[in-house]
Amino acid sequence: MSTDTSLPVLTPNDFASDQDVRWCPGCGDYSILAQMKKILPSLGVPREKMVFVSGIGCSSRFPYYMNTYGIHSIHGRAPAVATGLKASRPDLTVWVITGDGDGLSIGGNHLMHAIRRNLDVNVVLFNNRIYGLTKGQYSPTSPLGKVTKSTPMGAIDNPLHPLSIAIGCEGTFVARSIDTNIKHLGMVLKRAAEHRGTSFIEVYQNCNVFNDGAFEYATDRETKADTTIELEHGKPLIFGKNRDKGIRLNGMNPEIVELGKGISEDDLLFHDEQAPEPSLAYLLSRMTYPEFPEPIGVFRAVDRPMYDELLNAQIAEAKKTRGEGDLNKLFRAGDTWVVE
Amino acid sequence: MATSTGVSARESKHASKPVVDLVAATVRFCGDSGDGMQLAGNQFTNTSALAGNDIATFPDFPAEIRAPRGTKAGVSGFQIHFAAKEIFTPGDQVDALVAMNPAALVTNLGDLVRGGILVVNKDAFDDKGLKQAGYEESPLEDRTLSAYQVFPVEITRLTRLAVEELGLGVKEADRCRNFYAMGLVFWLYDRSLEPTLRYIEAKFGKRPEVAEANRRALRAGYNYGETTEAFASQFRVHKAELAPGTYRNIMGNEATAYGLITASIRSKCELFLGSYPITPASDILHELSRHKNFNVRTFQAEDEIAAVTAAIGASFGGAMAVTTSSGPGIALKQEGIGLAVMTELPLLIINVQRGGPSTGLPTKTEQADLLQAVCGRNGECPVPVIAARSPADCFDVVQEAWRIATRYMTPVFVLSDGYIANGSEPWKIPDVKAMPPLEIKHPSPLTNGEEFHPYQRDERLARPWALPGTPGLMHRIGGLEKQDITGNVNYEPANHQHMVDLRARKVANIAQDIPPQVVSGPPRGKLLVLSWGGTYGACATAASEVQAQGGSVAHAHLRYLNPFPANLGEILHRYEKVLIPELNRGQLRLLVRGEFLVDAAGLNKVQGKPFSVFEVVDKINELLR
Ligand code: SF4
Repeated sequence: MSTDTSLPVLTPNDFASDQDVRWCPGCGDYSILAQMKKILPSLGVPREKMVFVSGIGCSSRFPYYMNTYGIHSIHGRAPAVATGLKASRPDLTVWVITGDGDGLSIGGNHLMHAIRRNLDVNVVLFNNRIYGLTKGQYSPTSPLGKVTKSTPMGAIDNPLHPLSIAIGCEGTFVARSIDTNIKHLGMVLKRAAEHRGTSFIEVYQNCNVFNDGAFEYATDRETKADTTIELEHGKPLIFGKNRDKGIRLNGMNPEIVELGKGISEDDLLFHDEQAPEPSLAYLLSRMTYPEFPEPIGVFRAVDRPMYDELLNAQIAEAKKTRGEGDLNKLFRAGDTWVVE
Repeated sequence: MATSTGVSARESKHASKPVVDLVAATVRFCGDSGDGMQLAGNQFTNTSALAGNDIATFPDFPAEIRAPRGTKAGVSGFQIHFAAKEIFTPGDQVDALVAMNPAALVTNLGDLVRGGILVVNKDAFDDKGLKQAGYEESPLEDRTLSAYQVFPVEITRLTRLAVEELGLGVKEADRCRNFYAMGLVFWLYDRSLEPTLRYIEAKFGKRPEVAEANRRALRAGYNYGETTEAFASQFRVHKAELAPGTYRNIMGNEATAYGLITASIRSKCELFLGSYPITPASDILHELSRHKNFNVRTFQAEDEIAAVTAAIGASFGGAMAVTTSSGPGIALKQEGIGLAVMTELPLLIINVQRGGPSTGLPTKTEQADLLQAVCGRNGECPVPVIAARSPADCFDVVQEAWRIATRYMTPVFVLSDGYIANGSEPWKIPDVKAMPPLEIKHPSPLTNGEEFHPYQRDERLARPWALPGTPGLMHRIGGLEKQDITGNVNYEPANHQHMVDLRARKVANIAQDIPPQVVSGPPRGKLLVLSWGGTYGACATAASEVQAQGGSVAHAHLRYLNPFPANLGEILHRYEKVLIPELNRGQLRLLVRGEFLVDAAGLNKVQGKPFSVFEVVDKINELLR
């Protein structure tokens, strides 16, 4: 195995595999792939130390397009596959690529447990609010009333908020970005990669074939300044084209206020991604359009022991206190007798 | 098994009563699940093993965790067959039965041999106890038990008396009753108290008053046998003729765990277990999680699916990947196993079978998951299957499974069952130094820009196991159909046909890499008994009993169920009739008929219980007539 410490300088192109990318033209997935390739060289991790793990769905084709190691596993199970891999190979950088159906419906259980274990993996959930690969059924993030092939009279299941789930699962790094907001997306991916523990990123991703414009409010040049709000640690929550609106706490609830007219920045809610209690992050995850601008950026970034680290520490501890495993000792630990 | 009386009665050197020598005996302790019967059974087993007997045990747990006290649903039993000769089963019938309450008596009496010894705790035969067992009148008062040697002992009262001075509460005093019963049976079979006294010290040493109470109860039971008039004689079972070596007693799940650790060391491949708790497989998880100093990583997953898929992730990373479960859990894992077939990664799937379908009989044994192992996945999805035949055999079988998994880059099913998993037998501790390494090769880095082909095969058709972290070998695998050699996604018709055939051929080829099937008994003739898995003991014993009576019967026991040994078809055709006894409705029979066009007969039982030897003997004799 190579122990070369002077890493060659890689470019985004070094991360492209020899496979043709097969998403529909115009799909938001392309942008996420491009941003990923752009930030990876800056991590200082050799390609052979990276593994992309995915489940099933349009987004889950991602590993095939990366010139790293990869597993395109089965529907919903990527977090579990990644758990086994990372737990036994802590030296690897592991990414999980999933979608709203893969991660929150069939694989909801695995996602929940990967996050609460705080394994050092990065989970990117492409949220397009639809099933694309199976050609257009509603997903767990589709809004109420959504008319799709499987809901001709409108969806009647209440949708999930992916970030509320991640925060509820004790996530230590929870963030959101948007496929077309490429600078922001790159920044969030990079921060996720640098976080120690499970990083969970929701990316608003346009499926231009089966759910075109689902996030138009958040991506349209004209409206996005009023419909989204960029979170920055330690800064007040200000938004609007003219940056004249803010979010203030009224008791337990957020409210939109206009700056000026006796309200200053100091009255606003200040973002604290490191707050030990997840209440603020949760409150932000509940702010949805059209009542509120939807926050993007890092909601929460805290430190907590990681599963892979703890597991391997127990192995080291066992070896220290009991000595390296000895089969002879193991077999003869209880009562034995000798037949001559 | 009926007692076979050996030498005539003679004086024992230390006891005042005559001692009768026996070749073999079977004892069963039964009582309420809170009565500590498993502990009593385990102690008696250990003591008999240390005395040099061959042993086979059969613990029988109640289905419910806490059925109401004294009810039939809550009865727990432990049977030990111990002998001065080689034995293979826990015994058909019981020579001595200890029943701690009426419910235990009514549910177990049927297995006591006529004329057998019956020790009952007389104190438990009160109105309430009798009613719970469904007795209108006490069986101790009427003629119900006239066919047996009945010893009603006031176990509760005498135990309390024995521990009186220690000032324990009634509840705590009553908890020593199993030690009293043990003491009595130890006396009856002239067993040393030493191993149990050591156990008490190790287990209760931190609570001296409890340790002392158990010691006193044990001795009181022993002395009761020796001093009261009730028992006229003692019995003794001499050492068995076992191959020279150091022995210990081992349970099936324990042997599985030890075998896995051993395979990990032999292959220099760190063990990763993905598992979800399920009866009767959980003890493998428990055992392995205690041995982290062997670089064993155990992962209690959120569900069965995560358990298998995490193991697949670990296998991709180069670990010795294992998942353990029982029938219902295996059903959940099957999609994951399909992924391991498609990605051609080594993986062991250990199924400790129990009664099904659905939740079925969690604590009872069955062999009804053979077809699930061979055929239970979508698509053409071949997986090698091998089965353990006895508790100690689990040790060898899991190592063999890992050899196959890594030589052929394939998941391998290992079938055990509840009967093997919880049963125990003496195990000759292997010579660790004499164990050959299990060679595993990983491809080396490619640094000159050469292309790596993850689905390029060796002479066995195995693909390379390239590990993440190796420069130049970056590749992507997954559940979609692969192009031969490159491993790229490929949907072409001819390629799919080729790959399906290739995967089938790879597994079929394993038949050339396993020992030929052996047969005990006549090499050709009237009847062959063909068995697999945990029915080995009953079938081997039955065949040899019929052979001893002059019957022309041979016995072959299969370890390899997919693929079958290369010579199996030829063997089957050498006999006029083939009998396949199974604890299912004929699953091996279906496979054997399909593959070899042999009109095999079945002996099929699904009662959550192993075969009795006589059941197999009767069927053999019927077919020989
Ligand atoms: S179906 Fe939608 S999500 Fe899938 S590739 Fe096409 S545009 Fe993208």
